[in-house]
Amino acid sequence: MIKIWSMKKNEDAAAKRKPKTSAAQIRVQKDLTELELSSTMKTHFSDPADLLNFTLTITPDEGMYKGGAFVFSVNINTNYPHEPPKVKCTQTGRQIYHPNVDLEGNVCLNILREDWKPVLNLNSVLVGLQYLFLEPNADDPLNKEAAEELRKNREQFLHNVKLSMRGGSIRGVQYDRLLVQ
Amino acid sequence: MATEVLTNGDAQAADWPDRYYHVDQILDRPGPRTDPSFMAGDGVKDFLRSQCKILVIGAGGLGCEILANLALSGFKDIHVIDMDTIDISNLNRQFLFRPKDVGKPKAIVAAEFIMNRVPGVKVTPYYGKIQDKDDDYYMQFNLVICGLDSVEARRWINATLVNLVDPENPESLKPLIDGGTEGFKGQARVILPTITSCYECSLDMLNKPTAFPICTIANTPRLPEHCIEWASVLEWPRVFQDKKLDTDDPEHIGWLYKTALARAKEFKIEGVTWSLTQGVVKNIIPAIASTNAIIAASCCNEAFKIATSSAAYLNNYFMLIGTDGVYSYTFEHEKREDCPVCGGEALDISISRDWTVDRLIEMLIEKQDIQIKKPSLSTATKQIYFQAPPQLEELTRPNLEKKVSELVEDGDHITVTASSLPFNLTLRVKYV
Repeated sequence: MIKIWSMKKNEDAAAKRKPKTSAAQIRVQKDLTELELSSTMKTHFSDPADLLNFTLTITPDEGMYKGGAFVFSVNINTNYPHEPPKVKCTQTGRQIYHPNVDLEGNVCLNILREDWKPVLNLNSVLVGLQYLFLEPNADDPLNKEAAEELRKNREQFLHNVKLSMRGGSIRGVQYDRLLVQ
Repeated sequence: MATEVLTNGDAQAADWPDRYYHVDQILDRPGPRTDPSFMAGDGVKDFLRSQCKILVIGAGGLGCEILANLALSGFKDIHVIDMDTIDISNLNRQFLFRPKDVGKPKAIVAAEFIMNRVPGVKVTPYYGKIQDKDDDYYMQFNLVICGLDSVEARRWINATLVNLVDPENPESLKPLIDGGTEGFKGQARVILPTITSCYECSLDMLNKPTAFPICTIANTPRLPEHCIEWASVLEWPRVFQDKKLDTDDPEHIGWLYKTALARAKEFKIEGVTWSLTQGVVKNIIPAIASTNAIIAASCCNEAFKIATSSAAYLNNYFMLIGTDGVYSYTFEHEKREDCPVCGGEALDISISRDWTVDRLIEMLIEKQDIQIKKPSLSTATKQIYFQAPPQLEELTRPNLEKKVSELVEDGDHITVTASSLPFNLTLRVKYV
């Protein structure tokens, strides 16, 4: 058997390390504790011992969605950061009027799927989500009708957003009241 | 136990004259490039044939080739782990299996086949997950070869072998040879835990699984794959709510296939089939028998060289690209300082049992040689103090006043992360 040991540099005893913490776990700790949450974003851990599952509430203070509160679930699996976190909009009843979020709560954000890279982190995901509320994107629609409206008639779209957040109904879809008091 | 019975019944047959004639050409004399520690002749043969214990992880496409190669080059104590059972679609390349074996555990059938075919070789199978086994189990081997198809399993075995290294015990360093194939491409690498770059160091080199923009899937499908993703990503959760999709359940795949087919018809897309559906949701890349054979041969060649010191081993990454002709490239993949598994710094700290968490943090901040701002601390099982997000900061704040010794046992590790650290710092706490 080849003598590998001699290749090992003389490290002091401090090199002894046997953390039982997995790489994914350490990475999540690093990502979470370095989150730069603005006043418009809030995380909630229903089980604080479980860092892999939490919710994020976004309350935009500018733009068309100002005054609303939007809740997302964030689920990270043990293959993070090789795989992106799974993010879904989880309003009660899950109805939100947004071109990039469908009525099931699926979110169309490139870095959550096709453009995810391990160098991205939870902060990038949170910033990306926040951006969706400042700049809804009509080119990548999930809610086609909302996107159509945004493209054709911005005024009407704005009206619909306000109406939806008050709990009104648009084209037969009843939306959830999402305005914060 | 059953070994004797299974070795073609004839114990004498185990070592007939010139059985290893060709292998012995290499082992009987040193060459110009052999390692100085090479013990030509009986010394090295005895190690290879009666002492060396090797573990093969995976008994699939690569695993079958690896097991056969090892047995025929003179390894006699082989262990094999695999959690899968044999599927009919495996039979075209996993040549240790026959139609009658469909449904049986791969590890067990492969072990029996090798023992029947190659006299004197003992193959010990384990039908289950690598995660079932503890450090003591992995400690018994001289070498580990992986023929896996999952990133997750590779990350696990890599981290386990890196953490196994004990600076006071040379035996704890187990060379890991990792093979992998994807269609006509493949790679073989030698990982010397804590010495060379590890699997985690190269995680960013991986091809990411193909994913399509969710809006394309939802609105403008153009490919059969878009229809299948629509069925699995959007329709399944909508229709079945919280029921989890099991990609190994034929009924689930059947439902996806039906749903995707209907979608494809609506958009006039052709090509949705059962096997494509299964391929897309399980992320299957067609396996090519010859790629497996080349990569397995390369892995076993490395195992042989490392076990015998008969020649210089691979340093440390060999890639094969067979898509256009046959191209291969070998290079040294470098260790990453900020690798979460083999990188990062470790510190021994001796503190008094009266020290509070707050005081420990202060010490970390003041320590000139580490220079960290705003450290967050945890053990493997609990959070000690988190700087963010606010909910966790508030929740862990009371710990600042507590004594470290109430939260961490003597000799235990604390994982420290901070934005100023490349990845993390491990503290080993001793109380004085």
